This record gives sequence, structure tokens and C-alpha cells, in this order.
Amino acid sequence: MAKLTNEQLERYSRHIILEQVGGIGQKKILDAKILIIGTGGLGAPAAMYLAAAGVGHIGLVDYDTVDLSNLQRQIIHQTNDIGKEKIISGRETINAMNPDVQVHTYSEQVTASNIRDIIRDLDYDFVIDGTDNFPAKFLINDACVLLKKAYSHAGIIRFQGQTMTYVPEKSPCYRCVFPTMPPKDAVPTCRQAGVLGVMGGVIGTIQATEALKYILGIGELLTGYLLTYDALTMTFRKIKIPRNKKCAVCSENPTITELIDYEQPTCSFGA
Amino acid sequence: MIVKVNGENLELEKSLNVADLLIAAKAEQPEYVTVQLNGEFVTRDDFAKIFVNDGDEIEFLYFMGGGQLG
Repeated sequence: MAKLTNEQLERYSRHIILEQVGGIGQKKILDAKILIIGTGGLGAPAAMYLAAAGVGHIGLVDYDTVDLSNLQRQIIHQTNDIGKEKIISGRETINAMNPDVQVHTYSEQVTASNIRDIIRDLDYDFVIDGTDNFPAKFLINDACVLLKKAYSHAGIIRFQGQTMTYVPEKSPCYRCVFPTMPPKDAVPTCRQAGVLGVMGGVIGTIQATEALKYILGIGELLTGYLLTYDALTMTFRKIKIPRNKKCAVCSENPTITELIDYEQPTCSFGA
Repeated sequence: MIVKVNGENLELEKSLNVADLLIAAKAEQPEYVTVQLNGEFVTRDDFAKIFVNDGDEIEFLYFMGGGQLG
């Protein structure tokens, strides 16, 4: 195991001084591989904090370009990035933040046919769902269950957010809570309903926190809990959720054993 | 009788089944909400059959999208 350089000792000194992190923990972070699917309201702050923390390999998956209306919350992209591919803009920001981080970019939409290859590309340790649509959310859940990969789910809308962490065989999955996808356009998206820009910062940063705790093996993860956040009343609620014995994907007798591409279009109502 | 819905007390004149409770408690889009009664999931097929009692704790869990294309 390579030693930390003097520059790294200084850059990460506030981590290293933490009893639960130390030099060994910082090495774990530097060796970690985290995949972020969607570099928008949730993925942008998650990526930036993970980059600052020194996560050695960050994968960014997105097929969209930066739009002026993104900049109110997607803080990894700047005004002069408008029109640029988000994964490129994201990589430039991360590279400017921290040379210790290698960014791996995937300019595609996750589908049943490519998501396994993307997750396996670097054998990522942890996946962050920063997507805005339910076909992707169910796909990421099912892929992580089938590949036995830990991941963080999150969603934001208006002044509300939610997040939960899945660890294979230890915790309920997203489908335990939400067995089937809502019909197309039944649940509003940020484009339709709006979202306070900081919601992604709060919830995306919690996702980054969970990723770091998982890598470090410290504390208690949001496994078996759904954390909900209401910014208007400034209320956090940690709701205990059981595993669903009839879950279609993570129970002992799953009915879903292959990944599914749901038909719901993602482009018309993107966040 | 008083039940707790998403952490808030709700006074009911009589025991309601889960389907009626969703209406009484003004759940958003009740057709897509996941319901927990005292920590256990209630399947949608049982919404009309299962009644809540005094002191029960109910959680309505909502779909939330947000984030970004990916």
C-alpha cells in the first residue's frame, strides 16, 4: 500500500485527524471507486464532495448537456458550460478540485443492456442514484440487487427529499418499499413541479456521506430506513422499513431475475 | 380515537380501513402511496380489509423522483 504523500497528508488533514478515518481510512477513500448515475441536482453535489474527499475513482453517467435551467441547483456545472456534455463539464470541475481523483465518463443513458457493464467496468464499490425518473430508479435498484452492489437511492421534489441506502442481503431494497413503478406521468418531476435548488445539495450530500461511511466501514448506514426531509417545516424523519418478504427482486423467491427497460420516456420530463 | 400518521396525531371519529384513512388523512395521490401500519407494509389488496385502531402508527411513503437524467 502506497503511503500518503506530504501533499495528501495536508490536503486530507481534517479527515486524518478523525479517529474513525485516520491515514488508513483516507487510503481507503483514495482507493475507492464510486459510480454516480446522473450528474444533476443530486449527483452534482455528491460528486463534488466525493472528489474533495479524495475518492480515487469517480464514474459519471449522463447523456444530457448543460442547460441554463440546470444551473440553479446543479452546482458542478458553470454558466460557461452551457451546451457542454454534463459528464465533460463534471469531469473538468472535479479535475480542477482534486488531482487525486480519476474521473471515468459514460456518455449514455442507463438501460437494461448496459448498466451491468457500466457497474462492472471498474467493479465500482458503491453506486449513487442521482437520476430523476422512475425507469432509471427501478433499473438501478434491480441491477444493484442482482449484482450485489451497495447503493444509495434518493429523490427530490419541491421542498421535499428522501433517501435510503441498500446493502446486499442486509437491508430492504427500493422495490421492498415501492413494489411497482408508477404509471407514466403519474408522479410529477422537478421540471413539472419545481424544486428548491438546495434540496439536491442536502440530499445529494447525504448520499455522499453514506458512500464514504460504507467505504470506511463506520457508523450506521441508512439501511432499513427511509429518511425523509421537508425543508418547509425543517423536519427530518427516519422511518424504519422492513424487508418485504414478497419483494419481486430481493426476496428468497424473486420473480424479477432479469433487468427491465420500462417504456416511460425520460427526455420529455427531465428534471 | 387517535392514530399517528407520518408522525402527526390524527383524530378519527371511528375506526377506518386503510383506503378510507388515505382519504381522511388527505394523502397525495393515494393510488400510488405505500402504506406501513405499525412498521409493517400493507399490501394494496388489503387496503379495504385492514382497519386502523387507536394508537396505531401509520406511515404514508411517497414516490419521489428528482435528480437528473442518467
